[in-house]
Amino acid sequence: MAKRLRQCAIYGKGGIGKSTTTQNLVAALAEQGQKVMIVGCDPKADSTRLILHAKAQNSIMQMASDAGSVEDLELEDVLKVGYRDIKCVESGGPEPGVGCAGRGVITAINFLEEEGAYDEDLDFVFYDVLGDVVCGGFAMPIRENKAQEIYIVCSGEMMAMYAANNIAKGIVKYANSGGVRLAGLICNSRQTAREDELIMELARQMGTQMIHFVPRDNVVQRAEIRRMTVIEYEPQAKQAQEYRDLAMKIINNKNLVIPTPITMDQLEDLLMEFGVMEEVDESIVGKTAQDEAVAA
Amino acid sequence: MTAMTREQTEALIQEVLEVYPDKAKKDRAKHLAVNDQSIEKSSKCITSNRKSLPGVMTIRGCAYAGSRGVVWGPIKDMIHISHGPVGCGQYSRAGRRNYYIGTTGVNAFVTMNFTSDFQEKDIVFGGDKKLAKLIGEIDTLFPLNKGISVQSECPIGLIGDDIEAVSKKASKELGKPVIPVRCEGFRGVSQSLGHHLANDAIRDYVISARDGDNSFVTTPYDVAVIGDYNIGGDAWSSRTLLEEMGLRVVAQWSGDGTLSEMELTPKVKLNLIHCYRSMNYIARHMEEKYSVPWMEYNFFGPTKIAESLRKIAEQFDDTIKAGAERVIERYKAEYEAVIAKYKPRLEGKKVMLFIGGLRPRHVIGAYEDLGMEVVGTGYEFAHNDDYDRTIKEMGNATLLYDDVTGYEFEEFVKKIKPDLIGSGVKEKYIFQKMGVPFRQMHSWDYSGPYHGYDGFAIFARDMDMTINNPCWNKIQAPWKKAVAKEEPVRAAAGG
Repeated sequence: MAKRLRQCAIYGKGGIGKSTTTQNLVAALAEQGQKVMIVGCDPKADSTRLILHAKAQNSIMQMASDAGSVEDLELEDVLKVGYRDIKCVESGGPEPGVGCAGRGVITAINFLEEEGAYDEDLDFVFYDVLGDVVCGGFAMPIRENKAQEIYIVCSGEMMAMYAANNIAKGIVKYANSGGVRLAGLICNSRQTAREDELIMELARQMGTQMIHFVPRDNVVQRAEIRRMTVIEYEPQAKQAQEYRDLAMKIINNKNLVIPTPITMDQLEDLLMEFGVMEEVDESIVGKTAQDEAVAA
Repeated sequence: MTAMTREQTEALIQEVLEVYPDKAKKDRAKHLAVNDQSIEKSSKCITSNRKSLPGVMTIRGCAYAGSRGVVWGPIKDMIHISHGPVGCGQYSRAGRRNYYIGTTGVNAFVTMNFTSDFQEKDIVFGGDKKLAKLIGEIDTLFPLNKGISVQSECPIGLIGDDIEAVSKKASKELGKPVIPVRCEGFRGVSQSLGHHLANDAIRDYVISARDGDNSFVTTPYDVAVIGDYNIGGDAWSSRTLLEEMGLRVVAQWSGDGTLSEMELTPKVKLNLIHCYRSMNYIARHMEEKYSVPWMEYNFFGPTKIAESLRKIAEQFDDTIKAGAERVIERYKAEYEAVIAKYKPRLEGKKVMLFIGGLRPRHVIGAYEDLGMEVVGTGYEFAHNDDYDRTIKEMGNATLLYDDVTGYEFEEFVKKIKPDLIGSGVKEKYIFQKMGVPFRQMHSWDYSGPYHGYDGFAIFARDMDMTINNPCWNKIQAPWKKAVAKEEPVRAAAGG
């Protein structure tokens, strides 16, 4: 029986650790003998550096721009092979403030499809997508015939959970037209209080699971300075085992759902229950310091 | 057919609306009206300048067409960059027949297409650098250009290119105006917004250029012709009349116009507006800021020409008033001969129009001079102030249709059975195949000019050779003719 290619996209609030988590996870998968490709969908083009030991990979859009147009590119120009034969591509895009990064993602993914980057040997493709789904371009990986499984990286911080819930709303939109499903939350710990319980509860309310709790460990940073994953830098480290566990859970994951995003009120209730947020005193809303001084 | 009653016209509108779903019917009903000359404000009977319905065939253009194509395009000594993908500029290139004097590619550029030819990478990385480079290359290759305008196509607004910053820098480097225009096609409901945006750009970057500079020697008889695009030479056959009556035409906007003429316009005594829709904005601005009054006029057909010449002369002294009478007298024999020749061939013929900015009302008088009647008219992109001006020109119980759909237009024609339709190139072949004589009233069907007395002679000839063309007898297949009645073939223009 032919292998079924699993396409997964990683979303989450900016700065939450999507690229680091993805690359460590992918390295762990490769260690298990899985054939994996990473597609960076972020103009910063930093989704493959730990695999390639490079500063930033030449991106599809940058090379297309240099060559004249995307039609002038060959697949081998943009596809690099790194640690344990992991295939790496970066869509790339403009500097902040100019052009259209979303269009860059669309162009790059179309190019990969047309050039046959998704070959039959692959077990997994991981899309590492910029912070939030701000426009159609960044939803490209979850549209029809692309990623079917979405993992959201989050932490016990309010904005990370807020972003996770928003991304789930985006998934609902495409779940009905295509086959995209939420496959779980990956908690990348910020060491907030009762973080694991909080994320498990959020996952439950959103109709999904916390697939793994990744603890905080400085070895990740030590590896990153060397432009390596923990798996490669220090395979026997405890943290490496965490990523292996995450990898195994993903290989065996059957829990794919259409999420049930929660309302802002529900989210606030949850945050208050766990003491992340204090109850809002309605009487002080919109009052300046001066107002309060006068009232006192 | 005989003229329709108010009830018949109303019934016709209802019948045509019948095919639409309820929501569309409700919307379209507001855009169709029976004319009633007693109404002062058109808002009582017709709605205009609204978004066209999805699914219908509208005849409208876009904001880019309004700015690049209509207002800016004819300014001959400037180079107008179609900023974005190549199609918008290339497929509209030289299509409007704005005649001009000059050497194309040397000191005049109207029929050329300059574009930044956006590629995928320009969308993703932005087109700012390419635009800056393009402007530099243009100035090297065409050093006699007097200035450059940057006409935005849709993607510019989507990716947020800072064309203002590029233009400002380039303007400083070249020492010439480089004018950004935010006329992205998706803005607004029709080309009308493009006219407005183009006027605003002229206001912001051109009009004040000669403030405080009194080196231009003015006369009490200085006027500017505004809103004449010199299609087939229209502005020229208008200008001669104004000059003959003793006025000095300082500027032509924008047909055969120049940047310098635009800059000098605030110094004239009176702005004369032909196409009110596309250029009333800049006329109002000059009135506010420079106290230059403006008035509308109509140079189609001898009746309206004489009326307009007298109205213009009233704004000046007795020399000009006498001049107007002299001009009318001078051409009298000529236009009377035209009427004598063509009126017997055209008398009683019914016309339906659907055109752009001013012609749906301005050409009515010219048809009436030839004994014809306009029984239906409408605008692609009018506002209600245009319909206010139309109600008085049209007969009672005639049909008004705003942003008419392809379906409605065909149905109206089938029922009203006009002898002539005047509209655009997209409509032309449909109606010709239906066997109805048709004139393309945007480009004058590659003829013209139609303005002024000289233009009227051409107008009359064209209408005659279209309506009385022997080909219309051949529309029906011989074996489908009930009785083979051979009519003698009349010579088209022989008289």
